[in-house]
Amino acid sequence: MATLQLENLKKSFGTTHVLKGVDLSLASGEMLVIVGASGCGKSTLLRLVAGLETPTSGQIMVDGRDVAQLDPAQRDIAMVFQNYALYPHMTVFDNMAYGLRIRGLSREDIGKRVQDAANTLGLGALLKRTPRQLSGGQRQRVAMGRAIVREPKVFLFDEPLSNLDAALRVQMRAEIRRLQRRMRVTSLYVTHDQVEAMTLGDRLLVMHLGKPVQLATPMEVFEKPANTYVAGFIGAPSMNLMPAKLGHGGASAVLEDGHVITFADGRRPGQDGRKLTVGIRPEHLRPEPGGIEIFIDLVEPLGSETVVIGRMKNGELVSVKIPSAGSIPETMSVVIAPEHLHVFDGETGLRVEAV
Amino acid sequence: MERRTIFDGWLLPAMLVLPQLVLTFFFFLWPAARAIWSSLERQDAFGINSEFVGFENFVDLFEDPLYLEAVVRTLIFVFFVTVIAMAVALVLAIFADREIRGRDIYRTLLIWPYAVAPAIAGVLWVLLMDPNVGLVGVGLNNMGINWDYRLNGFQAMLLVILASAWKQVSYNFIFFLAALQSIPKSVTEAARIDGASELHRFRTITLPLIAPTTFFLIVVNVVYAAFDTFATIAATTQGGPGRSTETLVFKVFRDGIVNVNIGSSSAQSVVLMVGVILITALQFRFMEKKS
Ligand SMILES: Nc1ncnc2c1ncn2[C@@H]1O[C@H](COP(=O)(O)OP(=O)(O)OP(=O)(O)O)[C@@H](O)[C@H]1O
Ligand SMILES: [Mg+2]
Repeated sequence: MATLQLENLKKSFGTTHVLKGVDLSLASGEMLVIVGASGCGKSTLLRLVAGLETPTSGQIMVDGRDVAQLDPAQRDIAMVFQNYALYPHMTVFDNMAYGLRIRGLSREDIGKRVQDAANTLGLGALLKRTPRQLSGGQRQRVAMGRAIVREPKVFLFDEPLSNLDAALRVQMRAEIRRLQRRMRVTSLYVTHDQVEAMTLGDRLLVMHLGKPVQLATPMEVFEKPANTYVAGFIGAPSMNLMPAKLGHGGASAVLEDGHVITFADGRRPGQDGRKLTVGIRPEHLRPEPGGIEIFIDLVEPLGSETVVIGRMKNGELVSVKIPSAGSIPETMSVVIAPEHLHVFDGETGLRVEAV
Repeated sequence: MERRTIFDGWLLPAMLVLPQLVLTFFFFLWPAARAIWSSLERQDAFGINSEFVGFENFVDLFEDPLYLEAVVRTLIFVFFVTVIAMAVALVLAIFADREIRGRDIYRTLLIWPYAVAPAIAGVLWVLLMDPNVGLVGVGLNNMGINWDYRLNGFQAMLLVILASAWKQVSYNFIFFLAALQSIPKSVTEAARIDGASELHRFRTITLPLIAPTTFFLIVVNVVYAAFDTFATIAATTQGGPGRSTETLVFKVFRDGIVNVNIGSSSAQSVVLMVGVILITALQFRFMEKKS
């Protein structure tokens, strides 16, 4: 168990500024999930913490000690890679024992630790196999095992489940959660998966273009996205974002087609006509006559529910999530549930709270 | 995947393989048969009459201390050429595998020696090491080292080993580089995170993972050093001084062409032929196992 702090961490490759100043503070035993679009610097961030890259500037503190210039060997950090990165020529046992042997543990100690980890992960019968004789899920477990036997101060996960099929992913997700809770190892977990982002971590960090944009509990990020980027990124299908203007007295938003939505939670500051972007999640649009008219392009039946994708009169795309429906007409009218409306500034994209 | 072309009739396919068959016959099968036949004969001093003597040439050969010396000399030569050519190539490949500036230029330069004909390579080394005019040769003498490979057998051996190894470094380099690059970067990184030092990683990760390539290269280098260095030796020391750089292949040439002892020379060729066949069989078995 250890705390992890990043202070104004920056990384550039030549003239490419990948990380533009990241500040983070993880409590001991906390699990932080990091999401963000491809190329926003998530892997780079983990590699800096692991010591595989040297930061351009900034500090990485593990338990209050700056490790930014140290070799990975001296950091006591374990990492699980997306492609597992197992040692192909070694058995499962040797894969897990590799780091322990380097640390000079006794044979009995190594045997015991590996056996414990193998039992926890259900690898007991596979210790003599080499990675090529394992399935993807088993390899994933070995990679996990290799990390946990070391009992490191910090765990790093770089999309560890993305190469697994859906069912295995669900199972491993629960297992990682359980293991992390039990061992209470401070963890950074990078993912692309919405469900992992929502369920796995104590807190969720959304990154955009090398900078953190929101750091909060997953529910808070979902319910109060800090800006339009986060609003569009978290949640599937994405939140609908539409341009609007502040209505009279700051009490409502006026959409481009003249629709007025009265804020349920109070007035927003600013002059009448202030440019806004309003957001509404697809599940918060109710099909009801007299609402916004949309022309349907595509219907995606997902079984328990159906996603309808269409266009408003001005060409803006809208998706609507409705309970499974038999036949869908060519046009439909939807009503915005005002209590679920998100309001953002039209220029900066930042969330505008009620006053 | 296998690609098969189906021909109607036999004339076209026969014509297509004919050149290869003719070449194989005239340049391999025919001389090989002649060599086997000559190895069982003995000629008189004038080379006019020859009589069948059975395995006598072979018996003489294996009782000849000069031949046994040549065997030992060849083993030493092959050992050092192989070790030096492979070790140097591996070190260079490790550097080339890293992210270094001018990597492409560096790689191209390293591949050049392979394109140089063996005789030219020999001449290059002579020009470099000549005690009177060679850059290094003169330098060594100026430094007080008594360098003259034309008089000193040890130095002559050193020269042919270096010249022969130099020729082979490029080839080994290409294979080692390919092998190193096929090791996933993340595996090395995982080992770094596991706390392995560079040397430890090399021993426990890199070496085992390139072992198949290393084994393949050992076979190739042994064959090269044993059978393919004639031109290099001919262009540098001609087997001298005395017999100090006379490898088995070179001895075949000297005994047969220079000393006109066709029977013994043929017997030596046959022994070498058997050697090549054995090593090639070993190599094929290994390659089959791999694929
Ligand atoms: N060694 C490097 N040299 C130059 N640029 C690099 C290097 N490593 C990463 N980058 C660049 O840094 C940016 C961020 O890369 P990174 O791998 O951290 O993204 P990511 O958020 O992990 O993306 P993904 O979700 O696709 O894994 C990318 O634009 C990438 O091209
Ligand atoms: Mg990544």
